[in-house]
Amino acid sequence: MDPRPVDPQQLQAMARRERVRQVRGALGSVAEIAIALVIGLGVGALVMRASGYNWLLAYRGLVLGAFGDQWAIADTLASATPLILTGLVFGLSARAGYFNIGAQGQMVIGAVVAVAVGAYFSAPPWLAVTVVFLVSGLAGAVWALPAAFLKATRGVHEVISTIMFNWIAHYTALYLVFNVLNDPRSAERTVRVLPGARLGALVPGADMTSALFVAVAVAIGIYWLLWHSPWGYEMRIAGLNPSALRYAGANPLWSVNLTFILAGVAAGIAGATQVIGRPPTYALYGDLSNLGDLGFDGIAVALIGRNHPLGIIAAAVFIGAMGAGARMMQIMAGVPLDMVRIVHGTVIIALAAPEVWSLLGKFLGRLRAERNAAPAHARTLQR
Amino acid sequence: MLFASLVLGALHAMVPLTITATGEILSERAGVVNIGLEGILLISAWTAVIGAESGGPLVGLLAGVVTGAVLGLVHGIIAVYFRGDQTVSGVGLNILAMGVVAIGIVDRWGAAGFHRVERAFRVPSLSTPLGAMSPMVIVTILLAALTWYLLKYTNLGLKIQACGENPAAADAAGVRVERVRLFGAIYAGALTGLAGAYLSVDWLATITDGLPAGRGFIALATVVFSRLNPWLAVLGGLIFGFFDSLGLIASTSQELTRIIPYQFIQMMPYVVTLFVVAGVIGRFRSPAASGQPYRRE
Repeated sequence: MDPRPVDPQQLQAMARRERVRQVRGALGSVAEIAIALVIGLGVGALVMRASGYNWLLAYRGLVLGAFGDQWAIADTLASATPLILTGLVFGLSARAGYFNIGAQGQMVIGAVVAVAVGAYFSAPPWLAVTVVFLVSGLAGAVWALPAAFLKATRGVHEVISTIMFNWIAHYTALYLVFNVLNDPRSAERTVRVLPGARLGALVPGADMTSALFVAVAVAIGIYWLLWHSPWGYEMRIAGLNPSALRYAGANPLWSVNLTFILAGVAAGIAGATQVIGRPPTYALYGDLSNLGDLGFDGIAVALIGRNHPLGIIAAAVFIGAMGAGARMMQIMAGVPLDMVRIVHGTVIIALAAPEVWSLLGKFLGRLRAERNAAPAHARTLQR
Repeated sequence: MLFASLVLGALHAMVPLTITATGEILSERAGVVNIGLEGILLISAWTAVIGAESGGPLVGLLAGVVTGAVLGLVHGIIAVYFRGDQTVSGVGLNILAMGVVAIGIVDRWGAAGFHRVERAFRVPSLSTPLGAMSPMVIVTILLAALTWYLLKYTNLGLKIQACGENPAAADAAGVRVERVRLFGAIYAGALTGLAGAYLSVDWLATITDGLPAGRGFIALATVVFSRLNPWLAVLGGLIFGFFDSLGLIASTSQELTRIIPYQFIQMMPYVVTLFVVAGVIGRFRSPAASGQPYRRE
């Protein structure tokens, strides 16, 4: 029997409908994010008003500080650079079904290794920089592996293990920074990396370096891996339906290891960018303050970017802009830098419940229908 | 002398872990997981100081409980009624807390990052043969006992477990799944709030924007350790608490820090948590529907 001939017009119409559905889904997702951002900024404004700050002036400072001139834009992109990478750590893992919040620790280890390699490995610049990135990425991966191993063999939830490894990394780094890598001439920081391993400022006076391109390249690489390679296909299946992967004969242990290794590499490189790609220090401070909470901020970046590498780049620029603009906000309106965390947290909480909007829509629709419909006694009958 | 300070130290370090874990146990039994406990500890520690400084230590504890309950309610509404992603909501809570308290300390006391709680506003301690002990140690045991009894011997406890294991069956039997789960989320929040208040107006007598220092997550590890049994949460709290206080005591001892750098001593509670969670207990089965939203057919 012949298969029924397919009407090409019908096929085209189907493809068109499918495309419309996809675009509508993407638009809906963008709208959800936009609403969450508005809620976050709104709550931020309320908190500022309640604490007696001029919130309008604060937000003006935030925008000016982030996009006001070429230096501001360069600073925004410099702040976005590590966030792209730490955002990828969480986003990639989430795609594979893991709640990996270990970016902070893996990044810290990557940064310490970057200092150690960058300060003592003398080579031509291109080689020194490449080696620092590679070794830092490797260190991040090594730090990430035990959590994957504990998950796969002992069933230890990765939220608990990665948080514990973050603290262990923090204290290990503090020890190394104080006792091994400390600069005898300057108590508050480590030795600086050799000039050959430093990335120069692309815009004089701002701290954006070519580390940005490394971060974007990693994002594109992970995008390609997730959607255009068999490994990425397995990882995404692991995230969507782990038992399907097992029935298909794939090894789940391999999938969790690969996910954590790749995430660890991104985190380690993120640490390296803060050491060799951030003028003028080219070293780590004794209290690790130039690493901050970049690993945790990556969670916000990934959630706002919907765990998609390209969304993560956009979200990193947004969060980076808030980081870069916060200083101007503080100068102009006296608002503490931590204000931006309130906005981040609120945005994420608002993003946690996408069904709010559809529920709200249904509720409003029902209210309207009831008001239009019938007298009071009919309404009680309907129930 | 060292023995006494170790025992009391372990008991005092147990309190926040066990109280928080006890609340979370009930909540997870009902089907709501909250990884925002760290954030609840932090915010309620801050409101507790404000409460204590305006009305005494009891008002401080109460302020912590109310703050925690409200945050638990918010998380519960997102998890139960909006069927949101519980992990994402918890992460948001943790980040929000860092911002709120960092700003709150500046806003309230003018100085950034740190505020010390005067003795007059702290929970007064009991004198025992070993030394001064916080009454909150007893409260912790009582709360664990109460929660255990509630889960095991009351009608509500049965409903809670049904909602965590099989909400559809509970629903069919006439249990109001949403309300029971919301109660669980609020209960966890309230107890975590009490633990946060204990951190600031009792045990550590200070408020910083990093006060819980991972204890919210160690409490989550305690929940795993306990296999959702409050009595085992007391034991887990004691084990983790022992190493926590050992770290605190050891890092102030000069002889010891000369041999082992203080960074490695402070690392200990986290390393022990990993080993205990990985080694001693291995796998355990959490309630079948825990962490998942319930959707009525």
